[in-house]
Amino acid sequence: MAAGNTYTQIASTTLGSSSTTINFTSIPSTYTDLVLVLQGTANSNYWDLYVRFNSDTASNYSVTRLFGNGSTAGSNRLSNDTLIQTTYYGNLGTGQSTQILNVMNYSNTTTNKTMLVRANNAANGVDASAGLWRSTAAITAINLLMFSGGSFQAGTTASLYGITAA
Amino acid sequence: MPMLGIMASAISGNLWAPGKDFDSIATVTATGSSATISFTSIPSTYRHLQIRVTGGISYSSNAYDALAIQFNSDTTTTNYNQHYLAGSGSSAYAGNYTSVRNAATWMIQSNTGIFSPGVIDILDYANTNKNKTVRSLSGIDFNTDGEIFFNSTLWMNTAAITSISLVSASGVFLNNSSFALYGAK
Repeated sequence: MAAGNTYTQIASTTLGSSSTTINFTSIPSTYTDLVLVLQGTANSNYWDLYVRFNSDTASNYSVTRLFGNGSTAGSNRLSNDTLIQTTYYGNLGTGQSTQILNVMNYSNTTTNKTMLVRANNAANGVDASAGLWRSTAAITAINLLMFSGGSFQAGTTASLYGITAA
Repeated sequence: MPMLGIMASAISGNLWAPGKDFDSIATVTATGSSATISFTSIPSTYRHLQIRVTGGISYSSNAYDALAIQFNSDTTTTNYNQHYLAGSGSSAYAGNYTSVRNAATWMIQSNTGIFSPGVIDILDYANTNKNKTVRSLSGIDFNTDGEIFFNSTLWMNTAAITSISLVSASGVFLNNSSFALYGAK
């Protein structure tokens, strides 16, 4: 069996001021999977996190979600969307929230792209989701977005890691 | 740096070694002809294992099905137990199995151009004083259907895990399905 170090930080940012977007661009194709860890706050409570790949704004996205808020568990699906809404209860607010995205086999050009997401907001709830981007293009950019007045706040951190299989 | 030297000499056990704590051990890529993939001769030098999956199965009767996980070729169903929490896209549900069935991750059927992702963590796998536990998160979404699946599996055996098999009961793994085994120190 081959053994080699893998799990490399590709890029990381700490916001110095509020922003509605966090973009990772020029992602190299040299890894097998990507892991994106976002930890931070929003300007007020209950702001959802949205994800796009390669800035594609067409209706190529869908997501199946599981969520709970301490008293209720549920599941839903968003289809033919223009982005992936990864959060339901595990959204961002004035308390700290953690979002972890696993983007699998992101640079292959044969299959559509899938990701697993864990979203955690201790003040509100937790989510898990499976997202799909119906494109066989290699992912070279990940766009984290907020809409309708929501914004990531200063101090929010986002780190992108690459994992390489043997 | 003097401060680092003082700290290092005062600490017993392993010190953090940057950049060498998550290793790729082996990867199996399916060729479309087998319903079982296996990792064998797994070294005991790590603390935890992680399997990262992207793949599908040739299952014609339903949109998707789950895999079984087996350790050290142990097929005694009563040695395994599992609890899960899942979402179907319309409701959440939970349950348990006393079986190797449904113990690992969901896989999507063929001909959709979509592979299912899964991340399976096998904790303290080489410890001979504990029964072994697994947690996984896997999911499927293909726009009109899907599933998201949290799982906890118990293997009631204190033996060190030296081999792992993922078994599809419903069809072979599709060509280019990938199963990557990592070790975390």
